[in-house]
Amino acid sequence: MNKNLQEQVIRTSGVNVLKCMRCGKCSGTCPSYDEMEYHPHQFVYMVEKGDIEKLMNSKSLYKCLTCFACVERCPRNVEPAKVVEAVRLAAVRQQGNNHLIPDQIPDMLDDDLPQQAIVTAFRKYTK
Amino acid sequence: MNTFTYYPGCTLRTKAKDLDAYARSSAEALGIILEEPSDWQCCGGAYTTATNENATKLSAVRTLNAAKELGRPLVTVCSACHNVIKQTNYDISRDEQMAFKINNYLKLDEPYNGETTVYHYLEMLRDVVGFNNLAQKVVNPFKGKKIAAYYGCLLLRPSKALAMDDPENPTIMEDFIKAIGGTPVIYAQRNECCGGYITMEDKAQAAKRSGAVMNSAEDQGADMVITACPLCLYNLKKNSGSSLPVYYFTELLAEALGLKEANNE
Repeated sequence: MNKNLQEQVIRTSGVNVLKCMRCGKCSGTCPSYDEMEYHPHQFVYMVEKGDIEKLMNSKSLYKCLTCFACVERCPRNVEPAKVVEAVRLAAVRQQGNNHLIPDQIPDMLDDDLPQQAIVTAFRKYTK
Repeated sequence: MNTFTYYPGCTLRTKAKDLDAYARSSAEALGIILEEPSDWQCCGGAYTTATNENATKLSAVRTLNAAKELGRPLVTVCSACHNVIKQTNYDISRDEQMAFKINNYLKLDEPYNGETTVYHYLEMLRDVVGFNNLAQKVVNPFKGKKIAAYYGCLLLRPSKALAMDDPENPTIMEDFIKAIGGTPVIYAQRNECCGGYITMEDKAQAAKRSGAVMNSAEDQGADMVITACPLCLYNLKKNSGSSLPVYYFTELLAEALGLKEANNE
């Protein structure tokens, strides 16, 4: 377990993972549940256990839609999306680890795609 | 006439010009001038919740401060801008560290600490104009039309920062629909995510999410769906596989006020 990395993720998230009572409501309400290898409640649990590298290497990081459903509906106010965000940042802040690069964008465009989609994807996937 | 500071955001200047034009003409007809600050930057589309992210929040603070310096409330229409600007405003008013670092960087004449009042356009209709007053100005009511309000995720959550409506049982868009003479349709998926920016790299997931929203609205007998968000509109129209029409709420507003023809000339 990498204590330093765990500390970094917990600080970045601002979340107290110990508040989680494992009810699973966050994962139950997550619109990306089926697409995820690790689900929101597992993010919280694995950060608590210091199992960060597995999360950092998982494509689940890029499936979170930042819809704040888990944040709103958590009965203990744990705010799991903030944990996902902190792990994603730990991953994309590493040199050469951007999930989206500008050269990929032209192939993703169509006449109706709003700019909002592009800037949001960049903010989530790239540093 | 009231004058409010208005933040259109990047997409209302490009792919969502209708959302913007109908918003402005309707506001004017309701006695409100929407005035852009002299310069503004894209809000970034998503609020970064990380405690050590400050640079990504600067553009929202610049907009908020511009409204403060003009001494006016700030109005947004796009759901994403509304979400980013309100979350920034909420956090900077409570997080001293964040306020210190951002103010240290921006070097404004006077530090910004969350003083500006932010309205989503729908809140402006509800809280400034009043839905009753709006109803009296309607010349083309949507009589007999069953209209499904799509809130998505960005308008309501997180509710402690956005403070717009009950996040699980909202009424603001339904009250708007009643004010323009339509019949609101309540359906299960109205405040669930459309897939958002995932359309960039996973069309299947976007299709699944937006399809679920449209099926839910269709099952309840909706004639059309309305939204405030350009990305929701895109997903619901292009990725859902449904043929149910989707409109910006401002287009229906302009039509109800008898302004749509004038807008299109």
